[in-house]
Amino acid sequence: MSRRPYIREVSKTGWWLKQPRYIRYMARELTSLFIGIYVLILIAGLHRLSQGQAEYEMFLASAKGPVGLVFAIVALAFAIYHSYTWFEVTPKAMPLMLGKKHLPGAIIVAAHWLGFFVASTLLWLIVGSPV
Amino acid sequence: MTQSRKPIVWGLFAAGGTVAAFILPVLILITCLAVPLGLFPADVLSFEHVSGLLQGLLSKLVVFGVLFLTIWHAAHRMRITAHDFGIRADTLVMLICYGIAAAATLLMLIALLRI
Repeated sequence: MSRRPYIREVSKTGWWLKQPRYIRYMARELTSLFIGIYVLILIAGLHRLSQGQAEYEMFLASAKGPVGLVFAIVALAFAIYHSYTWFEVTPKAMPLMLGKKHLPGAIIVAAHWLGFFVASTLLWLIVGSPV
Repeated sequence: MTQSRKPIVWGLFAAGGTVAAFILPVLILITCLAVPLGLFPADVLSFEHVSGLLQGLLSKLVVFGVLFLTIWHAAHRMRITAHDFGIRADTLVMLICYGIAAAATLLMLIALLRI
């Protein structure tokens, strides 16, 4: 026990910058930051909406402008990356057995993307149609 | 045998991740980008139209469900991610993340009931 054990020096904050797969892992985890901030803004909007028309329009005006637009584009990119990573792990997290065989993962992932486009189109049509 | 609370937390995390994966991209597109890009007329986000969409109990329930699951998913993942950034004060991180999610849940509930 007298020997000094070798301890590899690893940065606690920057360890993930060393390898592309660690960066992809961190990007996946950080999707939650952008998703979280976006949902908080959306809830703030609902709150202003419940206060009345003038308050809601003030909220809309403050969300306009280049900063809001850039945030929205970055948040959209992270949200799509979340969908991609989430669908990719689904067949690993919940493998489906058909009889004695596993359903190929690619089919499960493709089914999720199909659901994604159906849900997106439905929501687009519901919000876009006049009440 | 002691029972772990982990399955409940994990179930919520997984449900939130799934809902977010299906809904969030189009939601961001609709609420933030469709009008500036000219895909929707500006009055889609008008006070009358949005409050009209949120009049029914069903739409309120759907909005609450989607945002509730998503915010708790994000809060939980941010708590875990803080550890990856070298932050070891998990109790504090947990209080901040779950505290924000709880406050947002309450604010949203009150707002939806008033609309």
